[in-house]
Amino acid sequence: MNHSTDAGMNKTGIDMSPIDIKELLSGVEASEPSSQGDEQTLAAYRRSYIMEADPIGFVPVPGSLKGAAKTGMQKLMGKKPEVLLDKLGARLAFERAGTRLYDALLDKCSVRSDEVAGLSGGLSLDRLREFRNEEAQHFMLVMEAIKDLGADPTAVTPGADIDGVASIGLMQVMTDPRTSIAQSLHVLLIAELADHDGWQLLIKLAEELGQDDMAGKFRGALAEEGQHLTTIREFVEKSCMSEAGVS
Amino acid sequence: MALNLLKDKGIPIEQQKFTWKDLVQKPISKLNDDAFTRVRVILMNGIESEAVRFGHSCARMNKDLQRPLAKVRRIEQHQQTIVNWLNPADQSPLETTIGYEQVAVEVTASLAQNEPDPYIAQVLRFGLLEDFDHLYRYSALLDRLQGIDANTILQCYSDIMPGRPTVDEHRDPEDDLREHYDKRTASPLTKFNAMTIMAGEHQTHDYYMHYGPWFADPLARQLYAEIASIEEQHVTQYESIIDPTESWMEKWLLHEANEVYNYYSCVSQEDNPRIKAIWERFLEYELGQLQYVMEVFKKMERRDPAEILPASLPEPIAYKSQREFVRKVLHDELDLRANGTQFVDKRQEPERSLAYRRQLNSEGSPTQTVAAGYRWNPGTELAAKKKGRVAA
Repeated sequence: MNHSTDAGMNKTGIDMSPIDIKELLSGVEASEPSSQGDEQTLAAYRRSYIMEADPIGFVPVPGSLKGAAKTGMQKLMGKKPEVLLDKLGARLAFERAGTRLYDALLDKCSVRSDEVAGLSGGLSLDRLREFRNEEAQHFMLVMEAIKDLGADPTAVTPGADIDGVASIGLMQVMTDPRTSIAQSLHVLLIAELADHDGWQLLIKLAEELGQDDMAGKFRGALAEEGQHLTTIREFVEKSCMSEAGVS
Repeated sequence: MALNLLKDKGIPIEQQKFTWKDLVQKPISKLNDDAFTRVRVILMNGIESEAVRFGHSCARMNKDLQRPLAKVRRIEQHQQTIVNWLNPADQSPLETTIGYEQVAVEVTASLAQNEPDPYIAQVLRFGLLEDFDHLYRYSALLDRLQGIDANTILQCYSDIMPGRPTVDEHRDPEDDLREHYDKRTASPLTKFNAMTIMAGEHQTHDYYMHYGPWFADPLARQLYAEIASIEEQHVTQYESIIDPTESWMEKWLLHEANEVYNYYSCVSQEDNPRIKAIWERFLEYELGQLQYVMEVFKKMERRDPAEILPASLPEPIAYKSQREFVRKVLHDELDLRANGTQFVDKRQEPERSLAYRRQLNSEGSPTQTVAAGYRWNPGTELAAKKKGRVAA
């Protein structure tokens, strides 16, 4: 197959239509906007919606009284445990989606073996499988942490929801049969960058809220996520340089 | 390629088969394919969507036709799937919207020029200037919301500037109804044109109603709400130009013939060989469906389909930039408004429409707001040579 970085007939730019672009521009030149203003006019129009908006949703309260009485939760009394639950929910959803992102990449790699082999420095599928399994383990780890607090790991917290919305594009690019391994790795890098920072923030928050056991368990996950980030970043760089013929 | 609608057998409906793999083929390329390939994909989805919609409406009113309608409709469903699934995943709903409006501009302009009935041609030109304006408003949204140049979709074939301002398009329902053609005297082309434009506008309405709530931005949600309302007006307008005294069976026959005409138009101009093969296959399918429906017609109405259908097809829909024609209509007819079924100068617009419009626009106009001071510029307005605004 052709690579997306090969040259070919791309019709999106104006240079592809040297005659029509002159016509188009002359028409624009002769026309007048039907209303005055600029981008700021749009901002003013949105104002009332922003002021009157309801939140996307709430952090679910622990489902059982037993949950609220758990030691972990008691330590949070007097602070705002919802923030921790929200971030835990977000991490849980991200790790679960991240596992599926790796699954999709591995599927693609199994078909595009020539492309994988052609990447300078070699893309280790075993390494990718290892990372995939670690994402799944991290998901389980967060699920247990949520349960330990007496909260419900099946609920969607607002943080989980917005992460899901933000990640839609990542999954779209990854699962598109037309995207190359290099393009898929680029998407994975975006996910790993966000994931790494997400873990850092979660650990800091857990520590500040006196959840030392939780923070300790999460530090192991952070170390693994650090490896994911470093490795995927290297893969992306190598594949880019390799395609450009400079490695 | 001369076709005989009454004699060409096409592929018998029993042989029109699909698999799931067949239904989901490789999409077109947003970047590499010609804009008119996308235009054809979008319009033909509308044509098939109308076939399914009509088939269901007809079935609800005609017990005796339910069986033959179900047979043909299932095929149309799968044809529509193949066609609509040609849209690629990297073409966002807003980019696809730009494609929908390009269909509305370029196809309507083509129909308006070949339309033999002067009144129907006027109706088409009236709608044209309104859809032309929608293209400008959505282009402003794409630029200002997502930082994307609409011309990357339009490929310089269509102008991006105001038409009849959408804010002025809102009319009392009574002023959206038109006179219909006379089934006994109208040319087949008039009937085809009416069905094609109705199908295109109806799917556009449905698309905006589906995707309006997909947007997070409140202005985008309002914009889709406003333009969807106009598309509802357009469906009202275009379905009213069709003779309501045609029998259900007659309408079904015309739908099938119009599908043949539309695929024939696509085949004659498609330059992507893979997509052309799909048009060719479906042209044969439609000829087969037409043969089947002609037999049903003979049985049910005891009439000769030749009383309704021509043997040969009119000139195909012209899939090319209609810039010159659109600009002339813009220059000559921008200030036309509707008074009942007639077109009048804007000074003679009835109070009922003015009052209706005042009410709807009384809390602001999304179409005016989104394009406030907007001029299209290659590479988006951020690339224009002007003093850049520094965010506060």
